[in-house]
Amino acid sequence: MSATGIGAPVRRVEDFRFLTGRGTYTDDLNQPNQTHAYILRSPHPHARIKGIKTAKAAKAKGVIAVLTGADVVKDDLGGLPCGWQVTDRHGKPMVEPPHPILVSDVVRHVGDQVAVVIAETHQQARDAAELIEVDYQVLPSATSTANAAKKGAALVWDQAPNNLCYDWTLGDEQAANAAFTKAKHVAKVDIVNNRLIPNAMEPRAAVGIYDTAKDHYTLHTTSQNPHVIRLLMSAYVLKLPEHKVRVNAPDVGGAFGSKIFHYAEEAIVTWAAKKVRRPARSTAERSESFMSDAHGRDHVTHAELAIDANGKFLAMKVYTIANMGAYLSTFAPCVPTYLYALLLAGTYTTPTIFCEVKAVFTNTVPVDAYRGAGRPEATYVVERIVDEAAKVTGIDPAEIRRRNFIPRDAFPYQTPVVVQYDSGDYQSTLDMALKQSDYAGFEKRRADSAKRGKLRGIGLSTYIEACGIAPSAVVGSVGARAGLYESALIRVHPTGSVTVLTGSHSHGQGHETTFAQLVSERMGVEFKNIEIVHGDTDKIPFGMGTYGSRSLAVGGSAMVKAMDKIIAKGKKIAAHLLEAAEADIEFKDGVFSVAGTDKKKALAEIAGAAYVPHNYPINELEPGLEEQAFYDPSNFTFPGGCHVAEVEIDRDTGIVEMVNFVAVDDVGRVINPMIVEGQVHGGVAQGLGQALLEGCVYDADGQLITGSYMDYTMPRADHLPPLKVSTHNTLCTHNPLGVKGVGEVGAIGSPAAIMNAVHNALAPLGVREIQMPATSERVWRAIHGARRAAE
Amino acid sequence: MPAVSMTVNGKKVSADVEPRTLLVHYLREHLGLTGTHVGCDTSQCGACVVHIDGESVKSCTVLAAQAEGAKVMTIEGLADGDKLHPMQEAFREHHALQCGFCTPGMVMSAIDLVKQNKNPSEKEIREWLSGNLCRCTGYHNIVKAIAAAAQTMRS
Repeated sequence: MSATGIGAPVRRVEDFRFLTGRGTYTDDLNQPNQTHAYILRSPHPHARIKGIKTAKAAKAKGVIAVLTGADVVKDDLGGLPCGWQVTDRHGKPMVEPPHPILVSDVVRHVGDQVAVVIAETHQQARDAAELIEVDYQVLPSATSTANAAKKGAALVWDQAPNNLCYDWTLGDEQAANAAFTKAKHVAKVDIVNNRLIPNAMEPRAAVGIYDTAKDHYTLHTTSQNPHVIRLLMSAYVLKLPEHKVRVNAPDVGGAFGSKIFHYAEEAIVTWAAKKVRRPARSTAERSESFMSDAHGRDHVTHAELAIDANGKFLAMKVYTIANMGAYLSTFAPCVPTYLYALLLAGTYTTPTIFCEVKAVFTNTVPVDAYRGAGRPEATYVVERIVDEAAKVTGIDPAEIRRRNFIPRDAFPYQTPVVVQYDSGDYQSTLDMALKQSDYAGFEKRRADSAKRGKLRGIGLSTYIEACGIAPSAVVGSVGARAGLYESALIRVHPTGSVTVLTGSHSHGQGHETTFAQLVSERMGVEFKNIEIVHGDTDKIPFGMGTYGSRSLAVGGSAMVKAMDKIIAKGKKIAAHLLEAAEADIEFKDGVFSVAGTDKKKALAEIAGAAYVPHNYPINELEPGLEEQAFYDPSNFTFPGGCHVAEVEIDRDTGIVEMVNFVAVDDVGRVINPMIVEGQVHGGVAQGLGQALLEGCVYDADGQLITGSYMDYTMPRADHLPPLKVSTHNTLCTHNPLGVKGVGEVGAIGSPAAIMNAVHNALAPLGVREIQMPATSERVWRAIHGARRAAE
Repeated sequence: MPAVSMTVNGKKVSADVEPRTLLVHYLREHLGLTGTHVGCDTSQCGACVVHIDGESVKSCTVLAAQAEGAKVMTIEGLADGDKLHPMQEAFREHHALQCGFCTPGMVMSAIDLVKQNKNPSEKEIREWLSGNLCRCTGYHNIVKAIAAAAQTMRS
């Protein structure tokens, strides 16, 4: 292994600029003659706009323009499109309501966009927005996931009776029922997967620029996928020629899914920039982020697992209600269906699985993908019910998992829920995690805690996930309105240095480092002579961006394809220069040589010949050394592994402290172990947030109660212990790198492990299901409720 | 509009600002020092931490006018040319940053910790960081980096 090749813990090239304050985030991009856009948002969850008076605001100091939904209608702008159409159990397409960038008739959640003020300064725009008079007729609202489809619930959309967006199923319920009749035991859980607010530390921002001379638009935005934003905004919302629009996502300060989607502000500033003939910018205040960034999760689920006398799983039935919010965000419909139900086999051989998902509209912020997207929800159902199965059968949680694992020699393994796993070794990751967490010594630690008056629990999660999203034809057949390939362009310069243009986007993952490692290893080019370029549609080829842990598995594979084309062309050039047969040319460590001789040419010499083609096979080959490739994966990848959490609970306060955490993950080939560990650390912190701290709350009137960091508990440094993270990797069998993906594993596996530990600690008191987040109040109530019930 | 004068990263600066201008907005918008970030509106996230007369302060919680006459240090003033401060170097070495957005505040805050407590324990580092949010790293490597930097700065 070279010091900068695959497998080396190379320190990140990105860090110097971030550590010296020279990162370039969207809000840093001040423009000459810029204006500031401030969006007036609905204070009501559901209300009819009977009138808007903007005259006072328009006359306020510094105000240049005030735009409302009426202007959107007048300019014939489209709504924000949804990128996935789910077809329900009866073959009917989902209900797909319009999603205007400024509402003209009925607002449908607190934070819905009503008007925009463009002014000389942010403060002037903000002050003027307060002068806009909106006459609202408040309507009844529906916010509860569990109750939205019940009789009597207020309707969010007239076209969606019972607030149903779709009623979708996977599998054969009759077959599952038949299997349940043979069960010796049945485990049941009723669980809530709490609504989360992604909270990337950089609030969303957008800067729109219109060049009157060229009739050309530029949008700088906080996005994970600039080409997707350009396509959606130009084709569907603003109806602009795509070639006249540049979208640039520069340094992006964290995203976690929430910056995949096309948001109204992006279209508003681009539209407004042309209207006022000056750049227009908008940066969300954190309180706006809380009510306008797409939220995550929000499921209510009942599940049952049939188990035979030997502890083998026979069948599982899962009934889920998933909250879509008031509108369908870009990828929302696929999250609780194809990214959820397809993972319900987990790491187990359960032969029959049935899943029903009712997606409901509510008067809440739209819900879409958040780190893990569907897979944490599936993992939570499976791993909680497996622990319940351990309880009802009296089998140890580790042992019942072992009995039901897909054996390591059973791959490729066809699950009953569509997907086929290519590789994995669940026994080994479990064994390693048990050893590293001293599972065998737990009872002694529990006794020690008890002596100090504390409750102690340990919990496992032997999870699976699907990433490397995704084979285009497969997702297209189930409703995706996009392909999910990735692109790469490798440009070898005349002097032999290399620029890589990738459709993937980095917003913390360190692609500028890991992608350069990959290129350095495969092309033998010095690490310092490689530059990775991403984020700017004027530079990079059309690509789908970064989400679903896809960057290396899909984007990296595209880079391999492009590099292979470079090497193939280089061999032809080398054969000509070295006067040898092409078949005799070998390429290794950046050098083309004639097999069995000392005749050779370095890549830089080949590049020089390609750009100065004086001695060159010009009749057969074009000059230049630049190749592009698109890679469409043939399957998902399936990272998995075992997380073990240990918690200690204070009986008097209900505070849960995570005292130990072990992760042994199988992420496929590792390019940079330092970055892999960092990804797991961050994912686990978000998993701990979901399990113990974070919960978005709407009150009965539809107000967002958790609207700032004063009321929404983010994980802080003192919530976490040091994390013990390692990998045990099997290679992906169907991509050229053998990589699986690591961005989401921490957030997918850990909540179930932590909650299983909480349940394990509380079980001796008779506490049954406790929902996430297991806050001190909830835990205290559970402890004291159980105590009262026992008295 | 009142005039404010201060020293920022060793340079004397002055400007006329609206009285309600926060120090962070003065730094970012008037001086173009965009390394100091704004991550929230409730003084909770710590992305905006700078030093005023050597002490770490959330610059979103201070009016520019309150820094009249003060010596302000931002993330941009920390390195000596291309030579990183030991805290910056430790963050790089220990992969204590991912997206980089919270990083300036983390680094500025951590330097003040080590100034006040030359040999902080892991627990003390975690408690000190309760005013700085990071959504990427799970804090694990930040804690490691600060402990390592403290050691370097002691020797």
